[in-house]
Amino acid sequence: MTEAGWISSILTAARPHAVAALLRHFRDLDLAEEAFQEACLRALKTWPTNGPPRDAAAWLIMVGRNVAIDTVRRRSRLQLLPPEELISDLTDAEAAVAERIDEADYRDDILRLLFICCHPDLPAPQQIALALRIVSGLSVPQIARAFLVSEAAMEQRITRAKSRIAAANVPFETPGAAERFERIAAVAAMIYLVFNEGYTTSVAEHGARAALCEDAIRLSRLLLGLFPTEPEIMALAALLLLQHARAPARFDSQGRAMLLEDQDRTMWDRRLIGEGLALIDKAVRHGRPGPYQVQAAIAALHARASRAEDTDWTEIDLLYGTLERMQPSPIVSLNRAIAVAKVRGPADALAMIEPLASKLGGYFYFHGARGAFLRQLGRNEEARVAFDRAIALANTPAEAAHIREQLDRLAGGAAL
Amino acid sequence: MQYAILCYHDEKVTCAWSKEHDDAVMAKLGAVTEKLERAGKLGPVARLLPTTAATTLRKDRVPPLVIDGPFAETKEQLLGFYIVDCASLEEVIEIAKDLGEANPGGAYEIRPVGVFFPGKLAS
Repeated sequence: MTEAGWISSILTAARPHAVAALLRHFRDLDLAEEAFQEACLRALKTWPTNGPPRDAAAWLIMVGRNVAIDTVRRRSRLQLLPPEELISDLTDAEAAVAERIDEADYRDDILRLLFICCHPDLPAPQQIALALRIVSGLSVPQIARAFLVSEAAMEQRITRAKSRIAAANVPFETPGAAERFERIAAVAAMIYLVFNEGYTTSVAEHGARAALCEDAIRLSRLLLGLFPTEPEIMALAALLLLQHARAPARFDSQGRAMLLEDQDRTMWDRRLIGEGLALIDKAVRHGRPGPYQVQAAIAALHARASRAEDTDWTEIDLLYGTLERMQPSPIVSLNRAIAVAKVRGPADALAMIEPLASKLGGYFYFHGARGAFLRQLGRNEEARVAFDRAIALANTPAEAAHIREQLDRLAGGAAL
Repeated sequence: MQYAILCYHDEKVTCAWSKEHDDAVMAKLGAVTEKLERAGKLGPVARLLPTTAATTLRKDRVPPLVIDGPFAETKEQLLGFYIVDCASLEEVIEIAKDLGEANPGGAYEIRPVGVFFPGKLAS
């Protein structure tokens, strides 16, 4: 590994811990980030000769603090002396490194940092952009590429998010049990958003966006490391791992989207599946079910089936039924209908989704699924209308191409 | 004499590796182990998945206690390991309980295996 390579891995790994602690110290996101950047520059200068410190995060926090204190001094030249609580923290960085900080000491800091990124005042795209910038440390151009927007637009989005956060006045006290739980739930939802942002992709943009999935997995492992006994967090990590395991098989060599049942399952990543299955098994043992556990259990049933025809659709139907009760949503019902079609046939599935038309009329998957059920029932004319509607609503070229294939099959079938 | 080489590293760092980086590291290690394998010196090799996926069975009490997370007591030392092939975590825990009954005290840390080569050592 090159020198810059090992240092950058260590810096990336230490980033959430260090930025979170610096944020608590300075109570200012920009200053915390700036301090961390400056500490990283010093690390790049001194680590190659001195070797990395035993506790990289602690080193970066100490150096970052000292650096930012200089900045604060420069900014407030009119003030003769820096505030006293800042002076008292001027400890020798290397001395502090000797004492390793416990993971638990960082827990509420990191949770706060993650929570700030998914503050309810921020719209979802700003949440994701802020988390990727602040916590994962992706550069603005990298994030802009993943979102398919210009760098200037992304810069603006992040700046706007930061000023909203500053205005929102997030408390810095240690959160109470109830508040901590709310924060964990909000952070879990944000991590899932980051993942989905990367997962909703076509092959052309696969590289830049797949990185978002990997970052979401890293964030979920980080959150699980902080709260190792929370079954819903185990399940969130499991869900992301099991879904991402299928990434290598989601598109064929021509870049066409492959349905789950058509994927080459030998291409699934066994290592991610192993980790995901262990996590969902662990979560279920707690006997405290929740929506992430149900979703991860569904993903696990797909992962355990080595051939599409081995899939336990009866169990999947039951699990979607449970999810419908926990978290009623037309999207969940639509997904359940796919399982119902396998277990009880397309007529039952179609009857199940017809009432959803008013809510899901503008949704690509609704018309795609409806078209497929109609085709299985031999109602080809209606199927064609549904597929045309789906193409008009497709979000990516791959989605449209997939539906066109269905239409081709329909045309082929009609000609026979 | 057979030796076990136990691998330690900061998991936060290895989990921060990109897939390309991880693959490159595995390829370099593969070049080393290939030579050992040709020389008939290599036994089983396993890469464990992150400790967030770990479960620990404390067998110093009856009934034994199953807890989330890795084993982290520094007053006890790693004395050996088993590799078992199971369909579910439940099954592994049952096996660990049977072993624990045969040899109470201490703990078993249960970790999913990510990469496994059986190796070719004569026992």
